[in-house]
Amino acid sequence: MVEQGEIRVVRCGGSTINYRKAIFTLDSKYLLCTSGDMVKVYSTATEECVHVLQGHTNLVTGIVLNPTNHLQVYSCSMDGTIKLWDFTDNILIKTFTVGYKLLALYTSKAHEGCVFVIIPKENDEALDSFQLVAVRLPKSSDQEVAATELSFVLNDVSQLPKCTSYGREGEFVASVKGLHLTVYFFRNQKTYRLSLNATTKKGANNIFTCVACHPKEDCIATGHEDGKIRLWRNFNRKKEYTHSTHHWHHSAVNDLSFTPEGTNLLSGGIESVLVQWRYGEETKKDFLPRLGAAIAHISTSPEGSLYCTSHSDNKIAIIQSNLRVSAVIQGLVKGDNIKTDLMIDPRTKALVLNGKPGHLQFYSLQHDKQLYNLDIVQQEYINQSGLHQFDVVKAAFDAQGSWLATVEERKEKLADLEIQLKIWVYKDEMQSFVLNTTITSPHEDHITALCFCNTNETTMLVTTGRDGRFKAWVLGDDSDIYRESVCWSCDFVGTYHNLLATNCCFSEDGSLLAVGFEQIITIWNPNTWDLVCTFCQPPGKIKDLCFGRLSCSKYLLGTTTNSFLCCWNLLTCTLEWSVGLNVILLQLDPLSENVAAFSCSAENSDLFVFRPSEPRPVYLQKNICQGSVQRAVFTPRDVPEENCSESSQWLNRSQLYFLTRDMDLMTFSTKTEEDRLTASSKQLLIEENVPVTPFYLLLGKHRQAKLDAENGTLAAQVQLPQGSVAIKELLQTPAHVLPSATFLCTMFVNSLLISKDGKSEVPEEAEEEMESEKEEDETSDQEMDSQHKVKPEYFVEELVPKLSKKEERDLKRVRKTDYSWLCPFYGKLP
Amino acid sequence: MGEFKVHRVRFFDFMPSGIRCMAFNSKADRLALARLDGSVEIFNFSNNYFQEKVIPGNDSRSIEAICWVGCDRLFTAGLNGEVVEYDLERLCPKYTLDAFGGPIWTAACNSEETHFAFGCEDGSVKLFEILPDKIQFERNLDRQKGRILSLSWHKSGTLIAAGSLDVIRVFDVKSGHSVQRILVDRGPAGTRNKDCVVWNVAFLSDYTIVSGDSAGKVQLWDANKGTLIKTHLVSKWDVLSLSVSENEDSIVAGTSEGTVVQFQLLSPKIGDTETQWVRTRTFKHHTHDVRAVTETRTAVVSGGLDTQLVICPLMDKVEVKSSESVLRKVIFPHRSLVSCAKKPSLLLFQFPDQLELWRLGGTDTIGKPGESLPVTRKPEKLLQLKRKGDDHICCSTISECGHWIAYSTVSSIRLYQLQCDNNNISITKVSKLPKVLRSAHQLQFSADSSKLFVASEQATIHVISVSRSECKHVHTFKPKSGSSAPVHLLAASADGQWLTSANRHCEINVYNLKKLKHHCMVPVYNSLPSAMAIHPETNNLLVTHADQQMFEFGIVDKQYTDWSRKLQKEGLHRCRLKWGTPVTHITFNPQAPSQVILHDMHMFCIIDQSLPLDGLKAQFYSQLTPKDTSETDKPRKNNALKICNKYQPLLHVNLLEDDWLVVVERPLIDIHSQLPAPVRQKKFGT
Repeated sequence: MVEQGEIRVVRCGGSTINYRKAIFTLDSKYLLCTSGDMVKVYSTATEECVHVLQGHTNLVTGIVLNPTNHLQVYSCSMDGTIKLWDFTDNILIKTFTVGYKLLALYTSKAHEGCVFVIIPKENDEALDSFQLVAVRLPKSSDQEVAATELSFVLNDVSQLPKCTSYGREGEFVASVKGLHLTVYFFRNQKTYRLSLNATTKKGANNIFTCVACHPKEDCIATGHEDGKIRLWRNFNRKKEYTHSTHHWHHSAVNDLSFTPEGTNLLSGGIESVLVQWRYGEETKKDFLPRLGAAIAHISTSPEGSLYCTSHSDNKIAIIQSNLRVSAVIQGLVKGDNIKTDLMIDPRTKALVLNGKPGHLQFYSLQHDKQLYNLDIVQQEYINQSGLHQFDVVKAAFDAQGSWLATVEERKEKLADLEIQLKIWVYKDEMQSFVLNTTITSPHEDHITALCFCNTNETTMLVTTGRDGRFKAWVLGDDSDIYRESVCWSCDFVGTYHNLLATNCCFSEDGSLLAVGFEQIITIWNPNTWDLVCTFCQPPGKIKDLCFGRLSCSKYLLGTTTNSFLCCWNLLTCTLEWSVGLNVILLQLDPLSENVAAFSCSAENSDLFVFRPSEPRPVYLQKNICQGSVQRAVFTPRDVPEENCSESSQWLNRSQLYFLTRDMDLMTFSTKTEEDRLTASSKQLLIEENVPVTPFYLLLGKHRQAKLDAENGTLAAQVQLPQGSVAIKELLQTPAHVLPSATFLCTMFVNSLLISKDGKSEVPEEAEEEMESEKEEDETSDQEMDSQHKVKPEYFVEELVPKLSKKEERDLKRVRKTDYSWLCPFYGKLP
Repeated sequence: MGEFKVHRVRFFDFMPSGIRCMAFNSKADRLALARLDGSVEIFNFSNNYFQEKVIPGNDSRSIEAICWVGCDRLFTAGLNGEVVEYDLERLCPKYTLDAFGGPIWTAACNSEETHFAFGCEDGSVKLFEILPDKIQFERNLDRQKGRILSLSWHKSGTLIAAGSLDVIRVFDVKSGHSVQRILVDRGPAGTRNKDCVVWNVAFLSDYTIVSGDSAGKVQLWDANKGTLIKTHLVSKWDVLSLSVSENEDSIVAGTSEGTVVQFQLLSPKIGDTETQWVRTRTFKHHTHDVRAVTETRTAVVSGGLDTQLVICPLMDKVEVKSSESVLRKVIFPHRSLVSCAKKPSLLLFQFPDQLELWRLGGTDTIGKPGESLPVTRKPEKLLQLKRKGDDHICCSTISECGHWIAYSTVSSIRLYQLQCDNNNISITKVSKLPKVLRSAHQLQFSADSSKLFVASEQATIHVISVSRSECKHVHTFKPKSGSSAPVHLLAASADGQWLTSANRHCEINVYNLKKLKHHCMVPVYNSLPSAMAIHPETNNLLVTHADQQMFEFGIVDKQYTDWSRKLQKEGLHRCRLKWGTPVTHITFNPQAPSQVILHDMHMFCIIDQSLPLDGLKAQFYSQLTPKDTSETDKPRKNNALKICNKYQPLLHVNLLEDDWLVVVERPLIDIHSQLPAPVRQKKFGT
């Protein structure tokens, strides 16, 4: 993250949650997983993110529950620190500074006050040599402690956490790398190295991929590249160790995990099938197939009732021990490359991009949650290497969000390319997009761009292809005697000197269409299909093309491959201005005139925000991220911000998101926005201890109303705890000891009433105090003095006519109190 | 290396018989193996797994169980209801005994080797007492319903576990009553109406019974309580064989799928005394039923319907990398089944039940090196000679001129005269054979075809003069040491002066045929000779042994030749040793007298005695194709050993006249195609 001035580039949502194994808390209520430089705490029941533990300044590489306190969790990070958190309350307890890049974290029951980490040799990752070391955590009450006492355990281990595992009772540690399994016994400090041979006969590939130790017995399970699982026993002998081989997976075993009792062994791989092997009876196995994507990690809850699998599509599935998926936590699916642009669904304001193979995902940025997947290809995805399948490569929404056009491609060999253009209509009754028209091979070659005409009634779609044509598709009537319907059909095919059509863009009012043909931009009138004019001033192929908006709609912007950003005036048909800038991405704000241009120089990307009317940037930020920006999009804000400063005004109505080279989704945030966010999160913190139930919401509303009505008067403030006390009593008492409902009803209704005065209040409080007093055996007489001094007369005057039970009790107490000290006063009084 | 025109012969349809059962004798380090055709083979494990003895089969004999008693008594029992003890010197049955219980399915000997138990079709377990020279029926245990398919004695000798259909019974030997009746679970639903056949039981000394059954389970039972301890589902099909290692820490089970599964007794926690049986390794070296499996100290030995004996070393038990640590497959017998008449280009193939005589084909084109020539005259099957009687043929030979054929079974020797005029072939049996000829272990004609040498079962060698008019017994050679070991190799010199014989005590005797007396004895080497031949010019005897050693002995000088001493000092190239199957035939090149041609199953090699030896570690040059040997680097490549492994697997290599080399191949794929279809198995990706 780069910090600079008012606007900061922040990582926002959509971060990976499958980087490392997720872990269950002891009660299986929460699931903790690493997410970039944060740790996220999810509820296993509701899939909601409960907390985000923030504090690390670099990638979090490992999390482990504190073996001595199950409400605490250790996390380690590339920033060289180990942090201890209270994850239920989101409190950072301690920070241990180790000073090495930490790549994995382990704890062991046999080594209290000690954690094990994997560090690069000489703190240099480039050496590709890693060590397992034990870090003694100093016992100190300070918040920040330097943990420098490192003791070396194993040399030359794999950097992946799944390649090292601690055995029964932490007596030994097993680590695999290449063709070797190394077992180190802590008790006698002996190392055993068991090797397999590198034979590739019969398709065998013995390279180890992962290791897991049986929790109760001395047995090590290892996974291999060729999908074999080996169970090693007797590994404390030089020769007479034994291993049995089990083979189900057809490609590499990605992770292995024993259940806590050691009765089952779980394995997973690219087949996206969770395999449960019975320990001791490995021929019997159970499968949970169709998990959607390759399994990257498997973990089990401490009491064994839940398993969880992390998948390559940024998903965590929580699975019951009877192999039924109970919850799915889905992050933003980011493949190796996003083929479609980042888009905003105008209806839901969700981010839309490629998701699972053949799907479009709708991702809510506000809630950092996937809304749904739209199956575009509608074909079963088969996981097989070398098999080419249809994938979505382009997609576009119209301005109202009622039409969606998608392009899917499948390329087997050079010769045969299959393309399908699908147009989807939004059906209100189904709350989803429904396929309207499928056009097979709309172009003879790859489709390079597609866009809808942005008039109020969407009726036109333009596609450009590498076959040198651009085609206009219009919505036509397709009704027959059976039904009324509409469909899309080709209206016009345009070419220009047989050049490849590379871009297309409609002007804001839909009166002009700009199509880029390699170096030449052609402007067409979509009503008559006349070629209005052409621009070809700067040499170089057109990369991006867009019309200006609002007040700048007379401008056309274009970027070329030889580093020019040009702006043409459509009224004069001349080049207004051009700048020598290597723009890799041009993005238009739909709500303002602003245009964002990302440029890439050397290793870093820069951002320029400008208006087409003047060649001077409104805002400029250098070095926003490493590498070139892949995709970017403006998302409209729900509530406009009120930034006054000039440089951040462009963010008032929309927010700019972009994808970096490493597929991280970033955004720009302003100071006011951050302030607002932190304020809201603090507020959240206070009320967090109350569980969110429908009743709580009701109560909350009730309370809120009261607060508003009484405007913070003293009475209201006193009343608040009273209401919750009665309800708490009602809710927290076990059902079988509760009095009858008739008795409770009045109490409950009373508690909801808005009392007119505080009178009924006071005795209630007194009663509580009395009870505590009884317990304490009236030790604090003096503290009560002030109250009692006042109350006697009060009672006598007002409450004589009708004495409630409580009041009677109070009276009794008053009677009990020793008032002898009053005598002298009485005497003095006339 | 000389250049040869090669007859590549593939019409020898030799089909080894499937392996039915095995017994390993750890004291003698020998494995006895019974095949489906009733033949018994004995492999010497301490001598490079050499097939030491073969007892030919008999049509009426079928062997279901084989058992060693002591070091040198071997018993078999079979479905003909008879128990046979074999004479391991004469290689024939010593006596047979009917057990009177119908077909015998299984046999077991107790640990003291005093009693045999036989499991019979009628459900009885019969106890036989083992006496020094015979066995004698003692009594029956309580007869039960259902045939007894497997038996195992407890070490104490007081209990016997017997596997039957659906049930395992434990008998008290003293009372003869069944003390425990264990019901064995049938297979998964759908096969419930099929009996669960307990193919195997093994009684461990800690009163655990291990069973293998037709539902694919290996189960462990508590013999005292009759309860199940553990079930291991091993196969979808049958578990056909089971074997427990000598110290009872390992069990191997062979299945119908061709896999061998090993179980080991391991403690779940290191250092703990509590142990449990854990399934560890799976070997898959077979394509068909593994009918027999046994575990030696260092290896798992398995054999089955696919006819091959597989010796798979347990790497954790092998101390040093040696010949023990190599996986071995024994497919063909370690002796020659082909004899060749050089002049008329005839090949005699020996099958257990017949002999086939073929005339080699020919070509009249001349090709370049490496080229395959078109066959203009097809090979011709001249003769198919069925044997008489039930006994299988144990040896056969053809004379050099091609006019005489002789073969022997355990009961008789037959000699035939062959007349071959153009296309008319007539065969006449020589009816009057000398009385001394009853049975032979090896037959050999002299080089001029005038004499037949017969190695008799009494360890003597009869010399018979053969002529058109009559057959006459000339002389009988007796070994000077008086050893009664059977002779298994004979070699006669080309000049007709010398005859050598090798017997199974590793003795090689040289006899002078002119003087008809014993000439000398070659110093005894402790490995069995696997092939020998006398050089036609120098009269040196060349012997190869089962452990791949080679010696040359000057017969006239009665001492090893210089070349032999040099060979022992420097050794041949290690490529020679790579495969580890014994050399089965030696021949000489008449064109280049210094060249010796010898072959084993995987290759044949030519050793030039005139060239320097290159030692064990020298760089080895492939001499496969002569055309790439350019003149310039020829001297560098002139080493003594040349190897050709182009033809595999080899059953015979011999030199005919005019530089014709005949190689007899038997491709493994042809053997596999003749086997019955294996059990159906789902293969991934099909």
